[in-house]
Amino acid sequence: MNFVCNTDMTERLKKKVLIIGAGIAGLEAAVQLMNLNYDVEVIEKENFYGGHVKQWFKTFPDFQDTKPLIDLIAGKPDNLNIHFGSVPGFAEEQNGIFHVITDKNLHIHADAVLISTGFELFDAHRKEEYGYGIFNHVITNADLESFFQNGFPETGKLSLRFGFIHCVGSRDAKAGNLYCSKVCCATAVKQAIEVRQHFPDSEVYCFYMDMRMFGKQYEELFQQAQEKYGIHFVRARLSEVNQNFDQSLLIKVEDTLTSKPMKMSLDYIVLMSGMEPSVSSQSIATLFGIALDNEGFIKVSKPFIAENITEKKGLFVAGTATGPKTITETLNDARSAALAVHQYLNSK
Amino acid sequence: MSDKKFGFSIHSDRQHNLDLADKRLYRKIALMEPSLQRCIFCGGCASTCTASAFTQMSFRLISLHLRRGNLKEVKSYASKCMLCGKCTMVCPRDINIRHVIVLLKKEFSGNEF
Amino acid sequence: MELTGKQKIWEKYQKEIPSDSYYYARSCIRQNFWPGSENTFIKILREELGKDIKDEAHHTTCTGIAYHSDVVPLETTMTVVARQFSLMSESGYEHFVPSCITSFGLYTEILETWHEHPEIEQTIRNFLKESTGRTFEKPKFLIHPSDVIYSLRYEILKKARYRLINIETGRPLQCVEHIGCHYAKMFPDAGVGGAEFPHVLAGMVEAWGGEVIDYPERRSCCGFGFRQYLVQANRGYSIANTKRKFESMEPYKPDLIVTNCPGCPYFLDRWQYVISEMEGKIYGGDGYGIPALTYEELAGLVLGYNPWELGLQMHQVSVEPLLRKMGFLYDPADKYVVGNQIIQDRPDHPDVLKVL
Repeated sequence: MNFVCNTDMTERLKKKVLIIGAGIAGLEAAVQLMNLNYDVEVIEKENFYGGHVKQWFKTFPDFQDTKPLIDLIAGKPDNLNIHFGSVPGFAEEQNGIFHVITDKNLHIHADAVLISTGFELFDAHRKEEYGYGIFNHVITNADLESFFQNGFPETGKLSLRFGFIHCVGSRDAKAGNLYCSKVCCATAVKQAIEVRQHFPDSEVYCFYMDMRMFGKQYEELFQQAQEKYGIHFVRARLSEVNQNFDQSLLIKVEDTLTSKPMKMSLDYIVLMSGMEPSVSSQSIATLFGIALDNEGFIKVSKPFIAENITEKKGLFVAGTATGPKTITETLNDARSAALAVHQYLNSK
Repeated sequence: MSDKKFGFSIHSDRQHNLDLADKRLYRKIALMEPSLQRCIFCGGCASTCTASAFTQMSFRLISLHLRRGNLKEVKSYASKCMLCGKCTMVCPRDINIRHVIVLLKKEFSGNEF
Repeated sequence: MELTGKQKIWEKYQKEIPSDSYYYARSCIRQNFWPGSENTFIKILREELGKDIKDEAHHTTCTGIAYHSDVVPLETTMTVVARQFSLMSESGYEHFVPSCITSFGLYTEILETWHEHPEIEQTIRNFLKESTGRTFEKPKFLIHPSDVIYSLRYEILKKARYRLINIETGRPLQCVEHIGCHYAKMFPDAGVGGAEFPHVLAGMVEAWGGEVIDYPERRSCCGFGFRQYLVQANRGYSIANTKRKFESMEPYKPDLIVTNCPGCPYFLDRWQYVISEMEGKIYGGDGYGIPALTYEELAGLVLGYNPWELGLQMHQVSVEPLLRKMGFLYDPADKYVVGNQIIQDRPDHPDVLKVL
């Protein structure tokens, strides 16, 4: 299909990179590429930048506020050329130039494209037995972050019992996701501590299959959660949630370390929803004609050495669009992608 | 109630109700030996334990049962300990296990603090 | 509790239920426990709603109890089931309606097995041919009679003489609905509403004016099983399960329990007597207990049928308090009438549970 070019190619001095997705991966890559003297244009489906991190209250393990962190990453946001509320509707590559048209009918011609469309949280409604959307006070990790940011609804109770349920929608054949979402264990510990800080009279339990505290200072945070905040960790998998006569929630687990079935009443249950490949990532993969891996994330060219390169020349990928990552890993991945784009454009 | 014989009796429910667990002893011990709260039930203590080779002793289970309010089990296990200290040497979370046992033995022998 | 979440699940697990031409396979034990129920089902379908239902005389037990008790090998059970299907096709029907819920689960399981392993289906075809000379067709639809009543609940409502409303308080009757495990726990898609929050009985109760109680042990098994309770000494295990359900539902003060399995109402009804004798505990009804009904009996009451023709005198827990709450007009003297004769003997009264 032929297309009309707005500018004469020989007149363009800077090479152009199109970045799809203005979460922290897209922002970091944009800033790096701009520093390398490329012309960067970003399209973002929401009307804000910062993606999921923006909706999170504080980071782990250091409890940083996310807003200043995003500002630090984005630098001067006015310098960034971000088109909000836009998604790509059409994409074609010819002679090394990508022609993309957004749903708002904006035409972009780019020498390289970077996909950083991120993840989506597992929809906890799908675990019917956990009662999300059925019983009051069954919430997800995302709902809890929102409560921290915007305030908790009134409960009328002074001392609340919280239960955190690990691995919701992850490591679960019934949910269709066998992989581990990596960050939820550390998030659960962080949120458990935040609950204890917010509600000093509360009792907090975490129900886990494993405690994946792999990162720097994570294990120390776990220990602090136990010792300083008295949070109880129970190795048990939740089977079903019911409601007591007094409207509190009743859970059934097996206390694996004593080999006995166990039940307890809770006031709030927090389901740690895992990361899933985003619908945006999958539809963009279809648009550009690239493959997904067998978990549904965007497939990378080679493990270890080429994790930002897709099967299509000039098309790159960064961030959680290829799989679950921490903030540190996402930012590192974005810088690595920027370097890969730079190397590619330099050799053109 | 009647004295009819039915040929069977109603089985008791072995599901543990954590709402009813008496955690007072755990909290008391944790106050006096706060490191106990760090336990992750890895079982390092139980694997090296001198007494566990020949009796039903496991500090991991004491640590668990304390938190579940199963005081009978705690007392039974604790009575088997000979305070050799091997568990305390191997604990990766650096819990002063011997101190916990001493506190428990004092508690069960009737010496209140 | 937010109803919208449950409604989304019910919408997800919808099942196609044919509206006529039913081949009815009665249950082996259900007719002994609840003699009025199956006849009531046939009566409602034929006389009230003008449906075509075949009441087969030549079928046998499906051997589900034997299969679940490890007494009969699965291949034999499958061959017996194949014969049932053969009788169905022979009568010219395609919609198989087994009265018992264990049968329903068994037939579902067998059809699924044959679907995934066609070689097993072929083996069974050979077995049936060799032993009886018969061939069979698989049913186009396998549905439970409670599915049928569920799909016709609004038709029944149109002819209803009574609602599930307490006339003394004007409030809906508080109903515990208990669904047999074999209905949807094995194959959630086989049940209306799925496995977690099945709708088949809840829909009936709600349509007829009652309110469903959601109590913590709602999804638990009543403990009927088969193998454990066949041996008297093991029954302590079964009764403990039912007791757990009673303990859980007690604070909600249920007016009645409705079920769709043969064994479940048997347990939920009779064990109240046993628990009262063993532990002196009665779970409600001011000492009369909580009546446990089958859904056919409930439908029959809503339609205003004579309770003694429904077989309610066979219940251990007296149903009269419920009838009084519903404002039901009935003749107490009819309770011990058979044909034209009045039976003079009366059952012994329990020591603890109050009966009428």
